[in-house]
Amino acid sequence: MQTFLLNAALSTTGATGYIYPNEYELHWGLLVVIYPYLTGLVAGAFILASLNKVFNVTALKPVYRLSLLSALAYMIIAPLPLLAHLGHPERSFEMFLTPHVNSAMAMFGFVYAWYLAVVLLLEIWFDYRENIVIWSREKKGLLKYFYKALTLGATNLSPKAIRFDHKACHIITIIGIPSAFLLHGYVGFIFGSIKANPWWSSVLIPIVFLFSAIVSGIALMVLVYMVTCMFRWKHMNMATLNKLAEFLLYAMIIDFTLEGLDFIHRLYESEESIHILSEMISGRLFMSLIVTQILIGSLLPMISLAVARFGKFPAEMRRIIYFISAILIQVGIFSTRWNVVIGGQLFSKSLRGLTVYKLDLFGLEGLFMGILLLCLPIAILWILVKVLPPWEDADNRPNKDVVEA
Amino acid sequence: MCKDKPIMERREFLRNVGQKLPVWLTALTVMTKAEWAFSETSDYNPEDHDYAMGVDIHKCIGCGRCAAACKKENKVPTEPFFFRTWVERYQLPIDSDAIVDSPNGGIDGFPDDGKDINALRSFFVPKLCNHCVKAPCVQVCPVGATFTTKDGVVLVDNDYCVGCRYCIQACPYGARYLHPEHHTADKCTFCYHRITKGRLPACVEVCPTQARIFGENGHKSSPLRRFLRFNDVTVLKPGLNTQPKVYYAGADGEVR
Repeated sequence: MQTFLLNAALSTTGATGYIYPNEYELHWGLLVVIYPYLTGLVAGAFILASLNKVFNVTALKPVYRLSLLSALAYMIIAPLPLLAHLGHPERSFEMFLTPHVNSAMAMFGFVYAWYLAVVLLLEIWFDYRENIVIWSREKKGLLKYFYKALTLGATNLSPKAIRFDHKACHIITIIGIPSAFLLHGYVGFIFGSIKANPWWSSVLIPIVFLFSAIVSGIALMVLVYMVTCMFRWKHMNMATLNKLAEFLLYAMIIDFTLEGLDFIHRLYESEESIHILSEMISGRLFMSLIVTQILIGSLLPMISLAVARFGKFPAEMRRIIYFISAILIQVGIFSTRWNVVIGGQLFSKSLRGLTVYKLDLFGLEGLFMGILLLCLPIAILWILVKVLPPWEDADNRPNKDVVEA
Repeated sequence: MCKDKPIMERREFLRNVGQKLPVWLTALTVMTKAEWAFSETSDYNPEDHDYAMGVDIHKCIGCGRCAAACKKENKVPTEPFFFRTWVERYQLPIDSDAIVDSPNGGIDGFPDDGKDINALRSFFVPKLCNHCVKAPCVQVCPVGATFTTKDGVVLVDNDYCVGCRYCIQACPYGARYLHPEHHTADKCTFCYHRITKGRLPACVEVCPTQARIFGENGHKSSPLRRFLRFNDVTVLKPGLNTQPKVYYAGADGEVR
C-alpha cells in the first residue's frame, strides 16, 4: 500500500525520464527568479543615470534623478526575495559576521552594502543636498525637521560647497559604473560558476546578465518616465524619449547578440548535456524561452523600436510604440531570469530526465508573494518621489543651470 | 587647581593584582588542564583517519536494504524525495539508450514491470554523497555550515546552515536535499556518529553481499585498500574535478 502511495505521489510530479530522487523538489523558485530581475533593474537604471552624468548625454537629464530614485527603490527590495526564500532567514546575518570567503554567495551582502551605501545613497545625497537644505529652510512643521535631518548637518550653500557636491557626485558616478557592473555581473557569477549545472555553467552568463540588466533598466525608465509624465499632466520630452529608445535598442542588440553567441556556442560544442537541454528547450521551456523571451520579448520590441525611432512617425505614435516595446521588454527580461533560474533546475543532473516546476499561489514562495515583491518597489518609488521630487520643475536650486553647465 | 584623585592608588592596584592574579591563573590552568585531560582520555584523533567508500557494482543485488537502513539510522524523512543514499537500476537495451530508475530509492526493491526491453545487460548502482576532496558544496556554502572534517568527511552544521540551498545546486550528484523539518541542507555523513566510534556506516553494515566497502585511504590494513588493489575503479563525473572518495568497481560508462 505504501509503495502504491509513493508511486502515486511520484507520478503526479510530472517528471519524465530519470531524475535523481532528491531532485523532485525544485529548490529555487519564483523568489530566486525575482531577485536577479530586481537587481538587474537597479544596475540598469543606475547605468542610465550615469550616462547623463559622466558621458554628458544632456537629453537624458530629465530622467537622471528619476533613475537614481528608481534604482534606490528597487535596491531596497532586492534582498527581500532572497531573505524570504531562506530556510532560516534569522541566520542570514551570519553571512556578514562569518562569511565563507570561497563562496560566491557570501559576497552578496558586501556587494549589496557597497552599492547601496557607498554608491546609491551617497550619490543621491550629494545630488540633492542643495535642494534638501533649501527645503529645510522653506518647509513648515515636521517636514522642516525631516529635511533638516536629511541634510546631516551639512547646510553650507556657498559656491565652493556646491562645487564640491557636484565634484563628489561626479566621482561617485565614476565609481558607480563599475560597481553597477560588479553588482549584476556578480549575480550572474552566482549562477555561472556552478560547474555541476551545464545550463548555468558558462563564462558568458555574467556578461549576458549585465547587458540584460542594462536593457531592463532603460526599459524601466522609459515606462517610469512616461507614466509619471502622464500622472503629472506634463508633456513628455520627445528628445529624451528618443534618446532612451536609441540606447535601449543598442543595449538590446548587444544583449541579443551575446545570448545568441552563447546559444550557438552550446549547439556547436554539443557537449554531453546537449540532448537533455535540447529536449528541455523544445518542450518545457518552449513558451517561456522561444516564444516569450526571444520572439515577444526581444525580436518584436527590437524591430518596433528601430522602426519607430528611425522611421517617420508622428510623436504620438512613437510614444505608443516605445511604451508597448518597453512593456514587452520587461516581460522578455523577466522570462530570461525565469529561463535561467527555473530552466537550470528542470533537467536532472543525471542528464536523463526532466521535471516540472509547480508554482504555488499562496505562501512565501507563492505567486501572490511574487506579485507583492514586484509591486513594493513601485510603492517605495512613489514615497521617494514625494520626499525628493526628481522633476525639473520642482528643482528649487537658484542657479542650477549655471552649476550644471 | 587641585589635582584629581586617581581612580585607584598604585599601592591599592598592586595589592589587588597580588590577591586576584593567582586565582585567575589557577582557574585558567585548571580549565586548560581539563581540556588536555579530555583530549587525552579520548583516543580518537580525527587527523589519523581519511574515510572513503568502495562500491562493487558486480555484487549489488538491488535489495535496497542500505537505503532503508540509512533512513532508519539517520531519521531521514520517509517521503520518496529525500535520500542520503539510494540505489539506481540501469538497463541497457541492445538498440536504444539506457533506461534508469530508482523507485522509492530502491527501498522496496525493483519490481518487474513486465516490459520486455530486450536488455543487453542490467545492473544496480548504489549512490550516496561522494565526500569529494574538492567538494563544490563546501566551496559555495556562504556561511561555512558545510565543511570537511579533519577525517575527510563532508558534514553540515544544522545549527548554522541558513537554508539557501546553494550547496544543493552545486552538488553534481544530487546527493543533497533540504530537510523538510529542519529547513537545512542534509546529506550522507558516512554515519559519522558510528564511524568515529569504530563502527561501520549503517548501509555498509546491512549490505547482504558486501557490495559496499567502507575504509580509509592510506591505511594498509583497511578493507578499502584491498578493494582498490584488486578492482578497476572509477569515480562519478571525473571531468568535474571534484575528486570523489566513493570509488566504483564495475561502473559502466553510462553511470553518472
